[in-house]
Amino acid sequence: MSKIHVTTTINGDPVDFLCDPGETLLDVLRDRLGMTGSKEGCGTGDCGACSVTVEGRLVCSCLMLGAEAEGREIATIEGMADGETLHPLQRKFIEHAALQCGICTPGILVAAKSLLERNPDPTEEETRYWLAGNLCRCTGYDKIIRAVMDAAKDMREAS
Amino acid sequence: MVQVTIWGSLATATGDQTEVEIDASTLRELLDGLAARYPALKPQLERGVSVAIDGRIYNDSWFTPIQEDSEVVLLARLKGG
Amino acid sequence: MALDRKTGTAPREFKIIGTRPARPDGIDKVTGRARFGADMSAPGMLVGRVLRSPHAHARIKSIDSSAAEALSGVHAVVTRADFPAPGEDVADILDNCMAGEKALYDGHAVAAVAASSAAVARQALKLIKVEYEPLPHVTDVDAAMAVDAPALHEGRANETVPDGHSPNVMARHAFGHGDIEAGLAQADRVLERSYRTEATHQGYIEPHACLASMGADGQADLWCCTQGHYMVRNTCAAILGITQGQLRVTASEIGGGFGGKTTVFLEPVALMLAKKTGRPVKMVMSRAEVLRATGPTSSSSVDIRLGMTSDGRITAGFAELRYQGGAYPGAPVDMGAMSAFAPYDLENVRTIGWDVVTNRPKAAAYRAPGAPMAAFAVESAIDELARDLGLDPLEVRLKNAAREGTRASYGPTYPAIGLEATLRTARDHPHWSAPLGPNQGRGVACGFWFNFGGDTCVSLNITPDGTVNLSEGNPDIGGSRASMSMMAAEELGIPYDKVRTVIADTGSLGQNEVTDGSRVTFAVGLATIEAARAAKREMCKRAAQVWGIDEEAVIWEDGAARPSGPNAGEHPPMTLADIAAIASNTGGPIAGHYEINAEGAGVSFATHMVDTEVDPDTGAVTILRYTVFQDAGKAVHPSYVEGQFQGGAVQGIGWALNEEYIYDDNGILQNAGFLDYRIPVASDLPMIDAVILEIPNPGHPYGVRGVGETSIVPPLAAIANAVSAATGTRMSDLPMSPPKVLAAIQAR
Repeated sequence: MSKIHVTTTINGDPVDFLCDPGETLLDVLRDRLGMTGSKEGCGTGDCGACSVTVEGRLVCSCLMLGAEAEGREIATIEGMADGETLHPLQRKFIEHAALQCGICTPGILVAAKSLLERNPDPTEEETRYWLAGNLCRCTGYDKIIRAVMDAAKDMREAS
Repeated sequence: MVQVTIWGSLATATGDQTEVEIDASTLRELLDGLAARYPALKPQLERGVSVAIDGRIYNDSWFTPIQEDSEVVLLARLKGG
Repeated sequence: MALDRKTGTAPREFKIIGTRPARPDGIDKVTGRARFGADMSAPGMLVGRVLRSPHAHARIKSIDSSAAEALSGVHAVVTRADFPAPGEDVADILDNCMAGEKALYDGHAVAAVAASSAAVARQALKLIKVEYEPLPHVTDVDAAMAVDAPALHEGRANETVPDGHSPNVMARHAFGHGDIEAGLAQADRVLERSYRTEATHQGYIEPHACLASMGADGQADLWCCTQGHYMVRNTCAAILGITQGQLRVTASEIGGGFGGKTTVFLEPVALMLAKKTGRPVKMVMSRAEVLRATGPTSSSSVDIRLGMTSDGRITAGFAELRYQGGAYPGAPVDMGAMSAFAPYDLENVRTIGWDVVTNRPKAAAYRAPGAPMAAFAVESAIDELARDLGLDPLEVRLKNAAREGTRASYGPTYPAIGLEATLRTARDHPHWSAPLGPNQGRGVACGFWFNFGGDTCVSLNITPDGTVNLSEGNPDIGGSRASMSMMAAEELGIPYDKVRTVIADTGSLGQNEVTDGSRVTFAVGLATIEAARAAKREMCKRAAQVWGIDEEAVIWEDGAARPSGPNAGEHPPMTLADIAAIASNTGGPIAGHYEINAEGAGVSFATHMVDTEVDPDTGAVTILRYTVFQDAGKAVHPSYVEGQFQGGAVQGIGWALNEEYIYDDNGILQNAGFLDYRIPVASDLPMIDAVILEIPNPGHPYGVRGVGETSIVPPLAAIANAVSAATGTRMSDLPMSPPKVLAAIQAR
């Protein structure tokens, strides 16, 4: 099986890789590029642990082919902090104890960031529905929702 | 002598007694004493039991002291998640 | 305020315990740097994959792997024939990891392959030819108990099972005291009802994963996500026939467990593939494999008889519980039978539990294993009788509540416990008196869990610059490293951020029991405190040497050694950092360690309260409001205690409303994915209010009780009671999915 050469941008860095035609973006990120921050919880787009953005749009990287990254801008959890400075969502997740095991956390942070880019002042209900595609089994979501709402508030006050 | 309460389904091994008396001053002596006096208890003792001594639960510590007037209750081996 | 056994009984003011510092693994987990089971790679690594049975029950007549082995890129195929004959204690575990003579459930592993890539491995699995002889199967617990049911095993029943039962009945457990018939005769009303719950999966988001390597000299290394890497080491060494000292297991970060990662599935297979190939082998399960082949909990069928006087006194309680534990003995029905009536002070109580095998995956522990199903039945029955008699269900529970001195339904007499406190707090909480609208109902239920201790070994090392490294051996599943650092800092009198806690590999510490039974904050915390005390004693000794006074004349206070007593003389205090800096000059490195089989964990109780609304047209249930009241003994890090309360409650909500294993007529699992096995999502839920009560555990220096498991015990019944109140019809069959609720409303 011949491989496909893909040129893309990930978290602002130019990246080239070879992948099989049937390989998912998630497999490329994890197995070819060593970016294991995106997690595979299901491989069928049901859990959201592999959430990334492509051209600013939230997608499950397990449902997208690596080859489809050609020429696109991909953003993953690894690009969320600015050097030493955590994104307000990352900071609030720690502060609110919004993670227990932490496996769903990268996907939820990527999804929450995407929410706040569209809606800087979401209601609790809007936040719950936006994150309904991201499964968390530990927290019961309470502290996650609080952390996202609190981060949104901080970000509004800072802007 | 220590009075030991055993649970219902074990009573077939003790002639239908749920309270038995064993000469023991430690957990190990208690378990050995039970096995010696009621050989039919051995399969369960080998599978494992927990023992409540005065309301505190012990699993393995052989030399846990048992007073004559201690409340001693045999329990199915506890397992958690 | 906790009582400190070691320093007397005076109430103690804590400086760090009870605060909410950031967890040490926080930044790694919000940046994607934390490494979980599937995140590790090794040079020259191969990919391992498992071939699984498509039959619910079948004899394996032959396995021909020659075509797979001939495929380019395939390095080894492993079947049961590769493993040595197992000892009795690991026989079922091995058989579950790799089938022997029979495949016992849909998804049972029958062969595994190691190949150069995932694509080659997948192709190789298709080339393995397994000749099956399908056999009749059974997946329902009551059907499996029929005398003529298809038998999974012969002669496995233990001596507790009377003659004449189905060969699928493995054990019988009976508990209780008093006289049920006499008790029922005293009742003004007697309820007899049956209840059913479906199997649910722990549902951790991280699938099982491991990376194994093994040299020709028999030395092996294993990286895996597990609740207990010492358990993995001991089990795999026994299965592979190597010594425990030869196998070093390192626990990755763990992406949820809830009991489901307290055994092995892939690990012995990966080690065997690594042995055969001489290469590192990585194995990761798919979600479908997790659901088909790893431990769900038991499904259950329970009969209750309960008698109550017209003023709400329970005169007798009887429960007969039937749990199927999948293809091997060990359903947690003994725990269910012991815990069923544990919250109540009963003169006449009896429970009988039946452990039954079926053609389903071997049940694994799931958070308070066995207790939620039993509590569902008992708490539903109490609620129904209370409502029938026109009594307040919360007051009825208070009237019958177990308290200090009560003889528990499972035998012993309770020491100080917190059930009454949770009930009183619930009664006085604004939630209890808040108004309800049409189609809405409120439910309440209590829950109990034992909590455990067990083997624990920690090492606390003081660095030359006066900071502290704590090594412990229990995978941190919900923030326990923070709690350990807090307890070490509290005891040493130094700031929290001067302590870093790590989870050591199996080569670095002695045996540690699995992270289970809500044991870690209790047992590892106890060992941490004692290790810190040992280090303090050593530091006092060093200071005494420097000052030229007796050791006994030095005390440790506020992070420093200080002279104390009439003959100690005047010396400026020496801080931990001062003493650490001159450790080389005063005898060498300073460390404290502690090893214990921690016995004496305190039991824990909770009361849950929930409001639901039922859509009369669809049967859909909405959770409107939820409040957890639970005794934590002493909450070390309240945020993580709340997190345990909230997480357990929501797992219980899933169990009550949505989650179930669905098998077709052929015994094939129909919903092996998160789309159809639906766990609660954010939009299903309200905030979960967590009320922490603190009734100190006398068995722990700071009063800590385990908190992790009790919170999943009450929700099933609390929600069923709320839905029953909302619909005016009793819901006794879980999950209360919309079709079932709608049918119940229509049959009303």
